Amino acid sequence: MAVTKETLEDLASAQKPRPRWLQASYDFTWQRPLGAIGAVIIIVMVFIALTANWLAPYDALATDYAAMLAAPSGTHWLGTDSFGRDVLSRVIYGSRTALIVGLGASFIGATLGALIGVASAYFGGRVDLIVQRIIDVLISFPLIILALAVVAILGTGLENVILAIAIPMIPRCARVVRSSALAVREMPYVDAARAAGFTDARIVLRHMLPNVMAPYLIMLTAFLSQAILLEASLSFLGLGVQEPVAAWGLMLRGAAIEFAETAPWMAIFPGLAISLAVFAFNLFGDSLRDALDPKLRTQ
Amino acid sequence: MAQYILKRFLLMIPTLFGVAVLIFLLLRVVPGDVVEIRFAAQGQYSSEDVLAIERARLGLDKPIWQQFTTWMGGLLRLDFGLSMWTGAPITEEIKLRFELSLQLAIMATVVATLLAIPLGILAAIKQDTWIDYAVRVFSIAGLAMPSFWLGILMILAMLIIFKWLPPMVYTPFWVNPWENLAQLIWPALAVGYRYSAVATRMMRSSMLEVLREDYIRTARAKGLWLKLILTRHAMKNAMLPVLTVIGLEFAFLMGGLVVTEQVFNLNGLGMLFVEAIARRDYTLTQALVLIVAAVFIFVNFATDIAYAWLDPRIRYR
Amino acid sequence: MKKRLASLLAVAVGVILAIPVQAQTPRYGGELVFTVPSEMPSYDGHREQTFGLIHPIAPHYNTLLRVDPNDPTGTKPIGDIAESWTVSPDQLTFTFKLRRGVTFHDGSAMTSRDVKASYDKIINPPEGVASVRKATYLVVKSVEALDDYTIRFQLKWPSGAFLQSLASPWNFIYKADILAKDMHWYEKNIMGTGPFMFVEHVKGSHWVGKKNPSYWDKGKPYLDGYRALFVRSHSAQVAAVRGERAHIQFRSFTPADKETLSNAMGNKIKFQESAWDCILMVTMNHTKKPFDDKRVRKALSLALDRWGASKTLNKIAIVQDVAGIQVPGTPWATPPEELKKLAGYWPDIDKSRAEARRLLKEAGVPEGFSFTFHNRGTPMPYEPIAIWLIDQWRQVGLNVKQQVIEAAAYYGVLRKPDAFEVAMDFQCGYIVEPDLDIYKFISNDKNHDNYGYYTDRVLDDLYEKQSRATSAAERTKYLRQFERRLLDEEVHYLMTLQWHRIIPQNAKVHGWQVTPSHYLNNQLDAVWLSQ
Repeated sequence: MAVTKETLEDLASAQKPRPRWLQASYDFTWQRPLGAIGAVIIIVMVFIALTANWLAPYDALATDYAAMLAAPSGTHWLGTDSFGRDVLSRVIYGSRTALIVGLGASFIGATLGALIGVASAYFGGRVDLIVQRIIDVLISFPLIILALAVVAILGTGLENVILAIAIPMIPRCARVVRSSALAVREMPYVDAARAAGFTDARIVLRHMLPNVMAPYLIMLTAFLSQAILLEASLSFLGLGVQEPVAAWGLMLRGAAIEFAETAPWMAIFPGLAISLAVFAFNLFGDSLRDALDPKLRTQ
Repeated sequence: MAQYILKRFLLMIPTLFGVAVLIFLLLRVVPGDVVEIRFAAQGQYSSEDVLAIERARLGLDKPIWQQFTTWMGGLLRLDFGLSMWTGAPITEEIKLRFELSLQLAIMATVVATLLAIPLGILAAIKQDTWIDYAVRVFSIAGLAMPSFWLGILMILAMLIIFKWLPPMVYTPFWVNPWENLAQLIWPALAVGYRYSAVATRMMRSSMLEVLREDYIRTARAKGLWLKLILTRHAMKNAMLPVLTVIGLEFAFLMGGLVVTEQVFNLNGLGMLFVEAIARRDYTLTQALVLIVAAVFIFVNFATDIAYAWLDPRIRYR
Repeated sequence: MKKRLASLLAVAVGVILAIPVQAQTPRYGGELVFTVPSEMPSYDGHREQTFGLIHPIAPHYNTLLRVDPNDPTGTKPIGDIAESWTVSPDQLTFTFKLRRGVTFHDGSAMTSRDVKASYDKIINPPEGVASVRKATYLVVKSVEALDDYTIRFQLKWPSGAFLQSLASPWNFIYKADILAKDMHWYEKNIMGTGPFMFVEHVKGSHWVGKKNPSYWDKGKPYLDGYRALFVRSHSAQVAAVRGERAHIQFRSFTPADKETLSNAMGNKIKFQESAWDCILMVTMNHTKKPFDDKRVRKALSLALDRWGASKTLNKIAIVQDVAGIQVPGTPWATPPEELKKLAGYWPDIDKSRAEARRLLKEAGVPEGFSFTFHNRGTPMPYEPIAIWLIDQWRQVGLNVKQQVIEAAAYYGVLRKPDAFEVAMDFQCGYIVEPDLDIYKFISNDKNHDNYGYYTDRVLDDLYEKQSRATSAAERTKYLRQFERRLLDEEVHYLMTLQWHRIIPQNAKVHGWQVTPSHYLNNQLDAVWLSQ
């Protein structure tokens, strides 16, 4: 038997059985380095968001009129904005807003969407037909238009932005998850559960939902990056998170563009932060999809 | 096949109707109305009787169900009515912007397709090599940058480096093709680059799947793989999901390019949309949503049919 | 003999020096291109209130009187269609003599009939026709056309500011025959007497006007025509001026734009600046606790470092001067030394804030008290001023959250007294005149534009007194008392900083003078382009 990398690994794992998730992560990193890079960036981002209070050198809201539009220097590593607020601190605190909006909106959108998709597939028949039509109708609205309408009704602000972004995502996730759920419905254990007299809710939640994890996770990561971008666009239009909260999209608005030539650092760093975050989530989601099911088609 | 087409066609109707009802109700839930906004937006007080006069002129004093049936009746005669903000016929308001948005959507789709197909195939053939990584990074970078930021950078670059600015006013293609392209090529590139990302990914993954097929593997072993990949059969199967994606993205480009239009100062449907919603111009918003949804639903329908034609298994689902 | 020659020479030199020297003579020709950030809903000036109508459409019309376009203070009414006028001693009768030889663009002559029809439409519109300025002309009893070229306004009570109100740039003179047939015609059509004729309007894109060859002011206009481009995005407007695709913009650019354009264009660009007859104010809802307590309101004013802000905010926003109730630098404005005596205007900001904290404590407002500040969704200067306000209030221990309402729906919120606590309010005038400027602050039952929802009879009384004052000294006295009551004693409203206009113009543009209002000087009759 040739001593290959695999045999050595087998030996190693035979001696010291690794937990499955660790093994999976290890395989993932080796086989899909791009996705691993994405994951690392995400982890760093989460870390920054959690420790913002310690990491950030200044308060994100503290103005300093003596140091307005200051270039990057020893005291302000990334410079200051038009109110003398430290750009680095605002970018750090902005990661918090981005993650809250991104995670909040995509989680709500994907989870509700998955629930609706699975339920629709499970109940089938007329219920399915009606739900499908409703989903068709909602998907026909361009994403940003639906978000605009929600903002117009509910108003601006963090919570409403999360809802405004989540709502257009629900039908899109529902559609994708439903096609997977249709396959799961035909599985024998679902019939068995029905025969055993389990309630519909229990079957949907305990038996079907866990088996559509793959498309669910893929949609979730896809939504994450879209949510961050959509928040940036909404803030750019003035309909998202409001000042003086630190949010990357908000930092790109107004003064950042006006002073783009005389004080470019105001726009470069939040723009980079958004790009990096979206980039990382895309890389990770891309590789996750390849790992879980390369046959899966989106949208 | 005919039965399939008919079934799909009939399904379009309730969907469109659902869209009509939804947007009609949604608008009336949103606070504020066009009259209030018109006369009170600058802060000056206008008495109730002034507002009442204007509301009556626009038919806003009638009960909701009546407004709905009037509108629906008009739609059946293909009469979209008058804009509540300017009083001009909606077809007039939309026509000019529709032309621009349509042209931009087509140009962006062409750019996206020209980028996505070769890059996707390349990445699939050279899977897991640095070429594959480079292509994936390149295409995802397009998705990651906020579109308005890319637009601002482009315009700044043109101003600073070339000291030149694209034309600010839209000239239709048949009037002056150079002016027309000089204005629209830049947003087409920016938007096309962004949308190529999803299509590239799709091309790559569906190409990969085709490459995994047994007959391809056998042929590769025999050294015939390049020829085989380019056979119509392999390409046909690989193209299906890509077509879907491109079709859906195209539909989205009509009216979804709100921020891009603002940055490049384009007089398109996206800007019209935002203004119509901001002004609570019910008739205009309803018409726009219906048009965009109709385009979307129709493109969906067309790709479904294309799919079914290319892959007979689907017809019998 | 020599002495006589010398004195003759001296006189000659004196005469030559006294003649205002025109640097260049106006050149005929060229098309002026300017950007307009907002598009008008209809074409009727009697119905609309947006500058998006004035900028492209004012060149097509004349008004009875207009504000002198060469006067930088923007306070002097001069005749447009009116050649001369007389005012009766009791200030109840105003008689105007109209110019002869004024024609509409279709060739028909303009007479007093047209002026009467236009003013009847504004003052007393028929059933089904809306006039947004009706309330301004409640003082008018009748409008009579005495003969073809004389028109007389009879008032119900004496009004010193009536001439100023007739100089409104919105009161276009329309054709009586057209109005008789269809009162709504002017909403979608143009037919005026102005220096330019209508060519085309492509919605969402541009507006084109061309020279009126039979304009009554012989020799004018100088331009062959003009083109207004509707450009919504601010950065696109700056790019247009920079790329020389537009010559000028008539509203205002920001200090940042000025820097960018100066660096990029050097001496190809000029700027004209002026204090702007616009100001943002903070309105505190007197029906909501704790803003019914004047100590709290005063504290909110004391927290603001206005003098400091006027040196820093002017770098990032279109604001500059510290103001009371009048545009600084205009005849009735309070000089800074006197302003410094009012609460919130003290030169020592630390002392101010200490007093603010003391007042808050006395009123029972705890440290860290939180309230919502409603703001209008227009970027400049609402956003920077709101950020500044919230930051200043933070310095006295108040925790303020901002709620932004989109511009179109904003006043709908303010109209409901239980929908907000503290909000941003604003006022823009077309002429600096206390009667028009401070009307906003009188009691809410008399004036519905008062969003503080308070009643203050002393204030109302002071308004009447200043309006009827017979001498400048008397009027100044009452205006100062009004200001003191409004801003220092009762603190009904908070003034922020006066807006500041920065108009960029390509060096080729001549003949245009900036005034404190962006609604003025838009007829373009005196503008010309050099090579």
